[in-house]
Amino acid sequence: MSDAQVKTLGERQAFPPLLSVDGIKVHYGAIQALKGVSLTVGKGEVVALIGANGAGKTSTLRAVSGMLKPSAGRIQFNGHDTTNMKAHQLVPRGMAHAPEGRGVFPNMSVQENLELGAYLRTDTSGIQQDLEKSFTLFPVLKERRKQMAGTLSGGEQQMLAIARALLSKPQLLLLDEPSLGLAPQVTEAIFRTLREVNATGVSVLLVEQNAHLALNAAHYGYVLETGEVVMAGPGKALLESAEVRRAYLGE
Amino acid sequence: METPAIPVPEARSAVPASLRGLLPVLLALPVLALFQWLMSDAPFASYLLSVVGVNIILAVSLNIVNGMTGQFSIGHAGFMAVGAYISGVLSLNLKDVALSFLPVAVSDQVFFVVSLLVGGLAAALCGFLVGLPSLRLRGDYLAIVTLGFGEIIRVVVQNTDAFGRALGLSGIPQTSSPAMVYFWVFLTVLVARRITGSSHGRSLWAIREDEVAAEAMGVDTTGYKVRAFVISSFFAGIAGALFAHFVPIINPGSFTFVKSMEIVVMVVLGGLGSTTGAIVAATFLTLLPEGMRSLFTLLGAEGSLAQKVDQIRMPVYGLLLVALMLARPQGLFGTKEIWDVLPRWIPRKRRGLA
Ligand SMILES: Nc1ncnc2c1ncn2[C@@H]1O[C@H](COP(=O)(O)OP(=O)(O)OP(=O)(O)O)[C@@H](O)[C@H]1O
Ligand SMILES: [Mg+2]
Repeated sequence: MSDAQVKTLGERQAFPPLLSVDGIKVHYGAIQALKGVSLTVGKGEVVALIGANGAGKTSTLRAVSGMLKPSAGRIQFNGHDTTNMKAHQLVPRGMAHAPEGRGVFPNMSVQENLELGAYLRTDTSGIQQDLEKSFTLFPVLKERRKQMAGTLSGGEQQMLAIARALLSKPQLLLLDEPSLGLAPQVTEAIFRTLREVNATGVSVLLVEQNAHLALNAAHYGYVLETGEVVMAGPGKALLESAEVRRAYLGE
Repeated sequence: METPAIPVPEARSAVPASLRGLLPVLLALPVLALFQWLMSDAPFASYLLSVVGVNIILAVSLNIVNGMTGQFSIGHAGFMAVGAYISGVLSLNLKDVALSFLPVAVSDQVFFVVSLLVGGLAAALCGFLVGLPSLRLRGDYLAIVTLGFGEIIRVVVQNTDAFGRALGLSGIPQTSSPAMVYFWVFLTVLVARRITGSSHGRSLWAIREDEVAAEAMGVDTTGYKVRAFVISSFFAGIAGALFAHFVPIINPGSFTFVKSMEIVVMVVLGGLGSTTGAIVAATFLTLLPEGMRSLFTLLGAEGSLAQKVDQIRMPVYGLLLVALMLARPQGLFGTKEIWDVLPRWIPRKRRGLA
């Protein structure tokens, strides 16, 4: 129903369907955080979800990854209805969520954090390989593999959070504000890595307040406002739209 | 070269796998028997040892929830009460029943073990009913609900004739012994250590560290928390059941909020997450009042001061806790075990195993 108000710009590049979110609503007690959000992510696609503080970006990701249950609407992932599934059922199906604020396990070493990323996997040799892969992707983590995660810098923690999420071997990576509190160079490094990750076939649903970065990196983007999608379009098209420039790029 | 991705607990000895679970039990039994024989002529020492043992079971089991899982339960005495009263009433009713094909003493012990298990299971069931709704939520719900649970149990007991109301329940057969108590101490510690070393322990550790992240990694956080809580409640029930069978009378006064706090203090003092810490702290804090009592008696303050020990116990605990928070907020051993923190000059193969 809220779909009617979505202003859509430009043509979307075609990807095979992977995730489809259809009119989900989320309530926290009396507060309605999502009023019917619909979006899709294709296989191999990077989709950005931008919006102001409190727009409902985190709530959307949490509903998708099974960390909270929507009160209405439907979520389909990889052809299955996953609306009522919990996170521990979705992780083995290929969904990984790097939560807002990084959420590394502070009193565990970098290595132990990464191992927990592979929590539900049993293929020991595959895990070992992927561990090496994540050290190639983030060399700084290899140097610090014995260090307690809580003592890492903010940027290193973010890298760890992403690397850890990737260790579950996801098809879809949900990232909540990876640039939060990081210096521009560190953020750029992280986004470069994201492109590498995407190049290996992993789809990404990226939540960002830094609209410029996110839309540049994304094939497609959605603009969320007070619990509703108000605009959608290819990343570049959104970047060029006057409304987005005014509201989210401070012009 | 590199440490393996998932540390699988390795077989540590040449003991055949089929015996590995059984062997410690076999080794423990003679020690317990010797112990029992040494104690048989000293009723007070045997009573004191039993109390220490019961408190160790309580502290080690509470540590599974408050330490390993990072939740906050403050109603452990409530589960202890469930175990004590259920098994107590059962034993009272079975008092005159005996298995005719067994010697009376053996028959009594069989009924005792049955009533222990029934008490433990009743407490575990309560743990499930209390834990499921409150552990599905994050935050301090568990503290509030367990606090309420402890009080509800007390009120129920005080108003039920079958439980002896405020007067208490007496005449429960005194079938317990230090050997039986320490057998359960041993089982509790064994279970706690098994949890730590297993994938269950890893999951609990992740939950304690960051529950949201643990959930995102695919840890069934609710399931693991509830399981930990049920196990913990079971052993609290066993502790209560043991207690009921070596004290002359149980009454609601033995299972108040003060008792729950006493157990929390033991766990915090030992170090949240440390099983050996809980053992040391429980032993120390149980013997402390006895030590004070003897000291005052020695000093000749017989009547007055020595009797005040029980009254000043809680303030002393409080002071200890404050001092500890200032000097060593992580508790005696933090999340480590005693062999990890022993001085270097004590050769210990397992030291350094954090
Ligand atoms: N646990 C909660 N309890 C109550 N209200 C909540 C809860 N979590 C989020 N909200 C509310 O829901 C709305 C959407 O929150 P959400 O965290 O999804 O926004 P967001 O777009 O991620 O914001 P930010 O950019 O600040 O992270 C907000 O109004 C917020 O206050
Ligand atoms: Mg957010």
